[in-house]
Amino acid sequence: MDLDALASCLATTSCVVTQTTSGLIVGMLLFLVAAGLTLIFGVLKIVNFAHGTFYMLGAYLAYTVYTATGSYTLGVLAGGAGMAVFGVLFERGLISRVYGANVLMQLLICYAVVLICDDLVKIIWGPDFYAMGMPPAFQVPPWFIGGGVVPPFYALLIAAALLIGGGLGLALGLTRTGKIIRAAAHNPDMVSALGINTTLLYSLVFAVGGMLAGLAGGLAAPVRSLTPGMGFSVLIESFIVTVIGGMGSIGGALIASIVLGLIRGFGTIGFPLFTDGLMYIAMIIILVAKPSGLFGKEIV
Amino acid sequence: MRRAPIMRDIVIAVILVAVLAAIPYLTPSKAFQDFVIRCSSMALFAMSLNLLVGYTGLSSFGHGLFFGLGTYTFELLMQNTGLSLPVAALATLLFTCVTAIVVGAICIRLRLIYFAFVTLAMQMLAHSIIISWVSLTGGDQGLQGGIPRRFLFGLSLENQYNLYVFSGAVLAVGLLLMRHIVSTSFGTSLRMIRDNEARAAFLGISIWRVKLTVFVLSALFAAVGGMIMSLFVSGAYPELINWPISGDAIFAIVMGGVGSFLGPTVGTMILLLLNDLVTRQTEYYGLALGIIILVFALGLRRGLLDFITERLGGRPAGGIS
Repeated sequence: MDLDALASCLATTSCVVTQTTSGLIVGMLLFLVAAGLTLIFGVLKIVNFAHGTFYMLGAYLAYTVYTATGSYTLGVLAGGAGMAVFGVLFERGLISRVYGANVLMQLLICYAVVLICDDLVKIIWGPDFYAMGMPPAFQVPPWFIGGGVVPPFYALLIAAALLIGGGLGLALGLTRTGKIIRAAAHNPDMVSALGINTTLLYSLVFAVGGMLAGLAGGLAAPVRSLTPGMGFSVLIESFIVTVIGGMGSIGGALIASIVLGLIRGFGTIGFPLFTDGLMYIAMIIILVAKPSGLFGKEIV
Repeated sequence: MRRAPIMRDIVIAVILVAVLAAIPYLTPSKAFQDFVIRCSSMALFAMSLNLLVGYTGLSSFGHGLFFGLGTYTFELLMQNTGLSLPVAALATLLFTCVTAIVVGAICIRLRLIYFAFVTLAMQMLAHSIIISWVSLTGGDQGLQGGIPRRFLFGLSLENQYNLYVFSGAVLAVGLLLMRHIVSTSFGTSLRMIRDNEARAAFLGISIWRVKLTVFVLSALFAAVGGMIMSLFVSGAYPELINWPISGDAIFAIVMGGVGSFLGPTVGTMILLLLNDLVTRQTEYYGLALGIIILVFALGLRRGLLDFITERLGGRPAGGIS
């Protein structure tokens, strides 16, 4: 514990700016992963324990396409598109077989997929760390804001995540399909009774969730090292985010992601070894105070 | 439920332990003894989790907290105090009991998936504390340096044969106790809470008290499993309180069968056998294990022992679908 370091950090703008930016990056990338997770839970009442794997595969896909074509944009898009397809296959092939089963059975299936994919990544890309590195366009001197260092790429990441999140919000709020998805989250039986193809809908939701995680993986690839098993810490953190925000609530996930990102950003200064512990404490406190999360529906 | 004939179970248990004690005289396989010790530890742990999952319908993802707490508390007491082994074991159980009351009081208010996640958060919080409290717990190196004074009634548990028979006997006693717990009226209350909580409440069962009691009981059995593991590995390591340990227990009960009393024990054997066989054959352990899980889970759609019981025309004793 190093409270002096935290205090002296909070006293200088440069440190506050730097830590806030790095916290926001963590938070916004987490939000993309968590938004898919919470959307899938909201509509299907399935906890997708394999969601971190989507993120990992998205990152590896983006890395491969980037090294082949040299285009970072193309890489990120490939990550998103690839994981949308993977999400549908995963839902149709495996998860749809255990709808309504015990949550532990779903957990076990997802765990199997995580194990398989981690090893497949090891076979295809090798067990070593990969560093993708910044795309050349962003290998420029960082900006200095209030004395703090802000690489332009970080700004791009935050903007891209906000854009995707905003697009998701608009799509859910305004389009017909978005309204059907929200209705299905509210009352799936009624939606099905109204003649809407829920099988297709469920696949679509998994596609969207997979796409979001894949995009997040692709966006994160230049600033994270790629390794088999990189999905796990993201999975745990996005669970914390969805639970704190209230499972099924995308707005809640946004707020919780930012809070968690800032906890990580400043926690590394004050409690270097105990940053994870801080997140768990935050989760426990919020669940004790409000058992269904900040914006979750009461469950009976 | 029909009250289980306790005398019969005790006789079976005594015979099994006697057989276990005799086996090394027939075959000197050290690997078999290792297997039984690990299996006793993990089976107690998985069985204790099934008290929550299978019998009460409380899906905990963080039960490894109490397993790990057992290893660390026991190891710390043995290394830093002069307590004898049985006293240190009792003190460990006491500490586990107090912790379980506090953790349980917080967690059991939450329902379904939120209960699952808050228990996981509790375990990971304990893991973070252990990792960061280096001066007490050795951080990510764990507590090395062995266990002093490993004597129980004059028998040295450093001797592998003694530890092997001891673990088997502890497992047998643990199974008998759990068998007794689920066949009493308390056990009936658990199943009623699982099947219809509102109805149990209307019938005057204090849901909160019953859930907390079973939470504490299952924590105690998990801690006993942890202590055996601590004796086996001669230490306490962060891996023993990290999330995969809970994952192993969940794996064991789902693979073995949540609806059969002995399901988790069978599941533990499957898990350890797969572990030993697959790691010997291939470096791609995850790939092989994952495929086996998928075949099991999608093929049987229930645990192995549940599947067999249903095939034989019986009705599973517990059972959530």
